[in-house]
Amino acid sequence: MKLQYKGEKPFQPVTPSQYPQPKLLEQKPTELLTLTPWLAPIVSEGTFDPELLHRIYQPLNLTVGVTVFAVGKYTQFVQHFLESAEQFFMQGFRVHYYVFTNDPTAIPRVRLGSGRLASIIPIQGHSRWEEISTRRMETISQHIAERAHREIDYLFCLDVDMVFRNPWGPETLGDLVAAIHPGYFAVPRQQFPYERRPLSTAFVAGGEGDFYYGGAVFGGRVARVYDFTRGCHMGILADKANGIMAAWQEESHLNRRFISHKPSKVLSPEYLWDDRKPQPPSLKLIRFSTLDKDTDWLRS
Amino acid sequence: MVTALGPYGSNVFSLISTWQREESQSQDTHSVVLQRMQPEKKESSERDCHLDTCRIPEVPRLVYPKAQLLKPTRVDVLVMTPWFAPIIWDGTFDSAILDAQFRNITVGLTVFAIKKYVVFLKLFLETAEKHFMVGHKVNYYVFTDQPANVPQIPLQEGRQVVVLEVRNYKRWQDISMHRMEMISNFSQQRFLREVHYLVCLDVDMKFSDHVGVEILAPLFGTLHPGFYRGDRQSFTYERRPLSQAYIPRDEGDFYYAGGFFGGSVPEVYRLTMACHQVMMADQANGIEAVWHDESHLNRYLLYHKPSKVLSPEYLWDEHMLQRPPLLRKLRYVAVPKNHAEIRNR
Repeated sequence: MKLQYKGEKPFQPVTPSQYPQPKLLEQKPTELLTLTPWLAPIVSEGTFDPELLHRIYQPLNLTVGVTVFAVGKYTQFVQHFLESAEQFFMQGFRVHYYVFTNDPTAIPRVRLGSGRLASIIPIQGHSRWEEISTRRMETISQHIAERAHREIDYLFCLDVDMVFRNPWGPETLGDLVAAIHPGYFAVPRQQFPYERRPLSTAFVAGGEGDFYYGGAVFGGRVARVYDFTRGCHMGILADKANGIMAAWQEESHLNRRFISHKPSKVLSPEYLWDDRKPQPPSLKLIRFSTLDKDTDWLRS
Repeated sequence: MVTALGPYGSNVFSLISTWQREESQSQDTHSVVLQRMQPEKKESSERDCHLDTCRIPEVPRLVYPKAQLLKPTRVDVLVMTPWFAPIIWDGTFDSAILDAQFRNITVGLTVFAIKKYVVFLKLFLETAEKHFMVGHKVNYYVFTDQPANVPQIPLQEGRQVVVLEVRNYKRWQDISMHRMEMISNFSQQRFLREVHYLVCLDVDMKFSDHVGVEILAPLFGTLHPGFYRGDRQSFTYERRPLSQAYIPRDEGDFYYAGGFFGGSVPEVYRLTMACHQVMMADQANGIEAVWHDESHLNRYLLYHKPSKVLSPEYLWDEHMLQRPPLLRKLRYVAVPKNHAEIRNR
């Protein structure tokens, strides 16, 4: 049986429009790096023209998927997550939320806009939160194989205990997309909380690393997300067999994989912020951030 | 076997990697193992995508300095367009990483040496051997009306010259414009099977510094050295609405140079085919665009945004322009020529 991904679209011409000419000779210093050394864009406010992008992407009739995991007490975050997504996430696009939960009855019915759907997918609960955390990669890759490849073009895998605060649009679309973790963007690579034990498949040596990416946001074309999550899952399985669990579970494996399979687009910490941190002047607009919460209680 | 390329704008490429589902023996009864079928054809392994590259290549462990989010590498120039195409300047890229990402690709370079222009080939090819895609596989496609006059020059491993005999035209403008037709014909007939990317260059030039895989993208254009500072109103776009190359005064991103463009074979095919067709339409309407194929290229790239833009480092003329400090390197530069002497003989 063949898995047929949703059809590929050819290069679509952009209709004529009025927009300002790009200014090639920038005299003002830009505050954030806008390109990685492998020429992947780093997305932040001011680097893109939202209207232009909308007109490039709109005619393609794309469907964007979102996976969130709401297991145990995390079901309480779904309402706020979905309501804020309805306000800010991919306005004008077809969206399909996939909510994975061990308790479908605890998922509230949230009113969705036109062209937007939610599917609730039952999964097994686990007594240990580490178990839940390390099963997501496997669950996502299976979900893509079993159904999502037919339903969506792009997929974002997001943490549920978060809220959208400002627009998140087609500027985030790319083959394979990572987000810079808000806690480590100003820190040298030796201080990144990579897994440092060589026994783990997530091991990163001292001289390696580009950015420390957050496990709460990643995505891309559905085929690339399939490859990525499967690769992470294989690493997690190998570690399990060797009786080791990486320092930050899936986030460690995600970071290992993003070194050898560099993302084609990187989201600045505007797209993954921690509200407990003071907002630096270089970050103009916070779009997606944590809810302050009592993590110990949630994981008990 | 060549993938049939349909009319301009339609969806023509079938899926690249097809997946077969197999039941597997594993602990979890719900899991399935997906076997990826190896793409058989070169064109399918480097499939073009409208906006993304569709490749996430794996790189080995490398040592290189870490990028810093709070320290942009260039503050004197724009390094990314508003549609996220990188603008390639020295200092924005790391060749160690890019070479690893682009290993195992073959680049086709097209160059036209018609009538007296054969005289430029020797220096062009010799300097290309030193600077163009060093370490990667290269096919030089030399279009000429005098195959016997193509010089033999020593080539590095993995590089070859392919001589393609074509007709000449009386007027140099026609020679220039028909390059589009010839590239589109050969794209379909052979380039699709032989290379991953095409780089379409003028011959009356030489390479003077590194030109590498940092330029490769589904579709790229180069900033014309005479107009990178200018306002769109001053760009020498075709301004007569009768021409297919017409661009109104309030539109335009950049003025791109006709002498350096490229991309994946399917995208270059689309571009050259489209430009050829509209040039024929203009001819039927008794009009010739002010800068010929360059005018049509500019219209195409306005409405089909390139995925990378090369800075004027990649196309410069030292004899016509004074080099500003923002140009840290000159990579591909004009060779002086006597225009009256060399054209139309």
